[in-house]
Amino acid sequence: MKKMKKFLSLALASALAAGVFAGCGEEKTTESSDSAQSSSSSSNSDSSEGTLKIGSMGPLTGDNAAYGEAVNNGAQLAVEEINADGGINGMQVEFKFEDDESDAEKAVNAYNSLKDWGMQLVMGAVTSGACTAVSAETANDHMFQITPSGTSMDCVAPYDNVFRLCFSDPAQGTKSAEYIATKGLATKIAVIYDSSDTYSSGIYQSFAAEAKNQGLEIVAAEAFTADNKTDFSVQLQKAKDSGAELVFLPIYYQQASAILQQADKMGFAPQWFGCDGMDGILGVEGFDTSLAEGLMLLTPFATDASDEKTQNFNKAYEEEFGIEPIQFAADAYDSIYAIKLAAEDAGLTADMDASEMCDKMMESMLNINLDGLTGVDGITWDASGEPNKAPKGVKIENGAYVSMD
Amino acid sequence: MSFISYFINGVSLGSVYAIIALGYTMVYGIAKMLNFAHGDVIMIGAYVVLTCVSTAGLNPVLAILIGIVACTIFGIVIERVAYRPLRNAASPLAVLITAIGVSYLLQNIALLIFGSNTKSFPEIIKLPSLSLAGGKLTITGTTILTIVACLVIMAGLTAFINKTKSGQAMLAVSEDKGAAQLMGINVNGTIALTFAIGSALAALAGVLLCSTYPSLTPYTGSMPGIKAFVAAVFGGIGSIPGALIGGILLGVIEILGKAYISSQLADAIVFAVLIIVLLVKPTGILGKNIQEKV
Repeated sequence: MKKMKKFLSLALASALAAGVFAGCGEEKTTESSDSAQSSSSSSNSDSSEGTLKIGSMGPLTGDNAAYGEAVNNGAQLAVEEINADGGINGMQVEFKFEDDESDAEKAVNAYNSLKDWGMQLVMGAVTSGACTAVSAETANDHMFQITPSGTSMDCVAPYDNVFRLCFSDPAQGTKSAEYIATKGLATKIAVIYDSSDTYSSGIYQSFAAEAKNQGLEIVAAEAFTADNKTDFSVQLQKAKDSGAELVFLPIYYQQASAILQQADKMGFAPQWFGCDGMDGILGVEGFDTSLAEGLMLLTPFATDASDEKTQNFNKAYEEEFGIEPIQFAADAYDSIYAIKLAAEDAGLTADMDASEMCDKMMESMLNINLDGLTGVDGITWDASGEPNKAPKGVKIENGAYVSMD
Repeated sequence: MSFISYFINGVSLGSVYAIIALGYTMVYGIAKMLNFAHGDVIMIGAYVVLTCVSTAGLNPVLAILIGIVACTIFGIVIERVAYRPLRNAASPLAVLITAIGVSYLLQNIALLIFGSNTKSFPEIIKLPSLSLAGGKLTITGTTILTIVACLVIMAGLTAFINKTKSGQAMLAVSEDKGAAQLMGINVNGTIALTFAIGSALAALAGVLLCSTYPSLTPYTGSMPGIKAFVAAVFGGIGSIPGALIGGILLGVIEILGKAYISSQLADAIVFAVLIIVLLVKPTGILGKNIQEKV
């Protein structure tokens, strides 16, 4: 017991001491950067001109863990490249990723702890629900944010300071309908979507609206909810009875894997078409990937793309993490490079505070044209925060993603 | 034709509910308590079988047997550690709250051990699908197996209770604990046996559930658990044929409601039916209305 007490007091004392030093450290850095500004900048340039801290949050555990991991990996790869190349405006980039389990509340907690760490720019969150919560916080704090993969309108539309790298839900629905129509994949389409999820129902609504314009017929639109997402026999039976040639699945990959398994058992084999949430289906533990053969998804990134940039990215990613990258990794990689371009355009320096950075970044985002992995002909942004780029169709063949164009 | 298909799927889903409901109903009948952790024992059973098959590479039949044994031990331990000390507590709420606590404990243990990622349950029972009416009607092998398993279990359990000494002891304990003890029946042993049987059935239910709907998470057991509880109340809690009738009715109502009313409102319909049944017949379809004598 005595030992315990001793240990406790020691721990407390050291925590206190650490607090004191931390305080000193902060003061010192501001002082030195002040002095650096007043004097010539050359004194600092040999080591670095400070650091730029980018924070991110996403699911590293839980249902959507594949997304968070990919974003973390992709961003780290980009940060390493940038740092090796001399950083952004001479600043070395520090990147930190916190787990939010795709939960809105935990995402805000992660955001707050990243702020304590000294985060200046946000590259997140990964999933829509969590991102919406974080966007409200960054808007309050006036901190620049770009989400690699938060697709809901609520993540970006209400705020000036939030940008998006991926397509929004409505854009995904609209582009999917356009793609199916222009490629002539099918005219009779069934949709199975999650009515309790904003991502899924958002895509479904815009898909249904655009399908009408494109002359596609939605012969069955069946929903499920978060509490009832294991039994799909009825939805599949209805889709089968409706004579659908193609089933559109604007849902996440876990449910999609269950749907494919159940459809296989009942002998229903239409064409399957998904959105970015489908990415990751090949990594579900215990899932027979042959069932996903022929599955199409609309994604701005395909690992088999022949351009040099994608090839280099794939190689570096596989070397570092031992797996093939998915779209989310490319989204994050591009997001970091978008931040780099805009930060260079804005002339960010380490002595600016987060709010000042935000003002400059918001202007510069409109000026840049990113030649990224997820937009072949360049990605530009408008003031709404939405990206302008062309989508790609991808098909699963022999257990790998293959470009359809 | 699709109606028949929906109906069969409903019976199959209902059979799983019925097997789970048996666990609720037997424990309630004998120990007069609601074991809310029952649904999570299903999940544990499914994880044990999954681990045996995919990690250890065991034969499916052996894996299922191990799952049953593991769940049986789990059931007995839970009863011994968490419920028995509270059996004579002043308030019957104590044991109910403990059961909810055990339920969360099991979920969180599973989260720690297996992680929260969805695991795809392998097809451990490989049976060909039955194709009828020129391919218009397909009944999967798992569906048939589930229904057959449910009927066999019901018959076996009824025979066990009516024909064996331990079964008779169970009946006696459920009638009057005190009198049964005076007659020389080991009440604690009988209650432990009930938990053991209920948990063994839960393991089977877990395998059947995950074979039909092949995704497994630490929360897999909770919703079917609640629905099976509804089924038990629906059929008359404490009654074994009631669990069968309640379970199958519930499954059929859920699937038909999903098919013909709304796929979003399936759960709302199920619970609305429960409310109506309880308003009309408070003891459930086969429930006995025993008047307490003062």
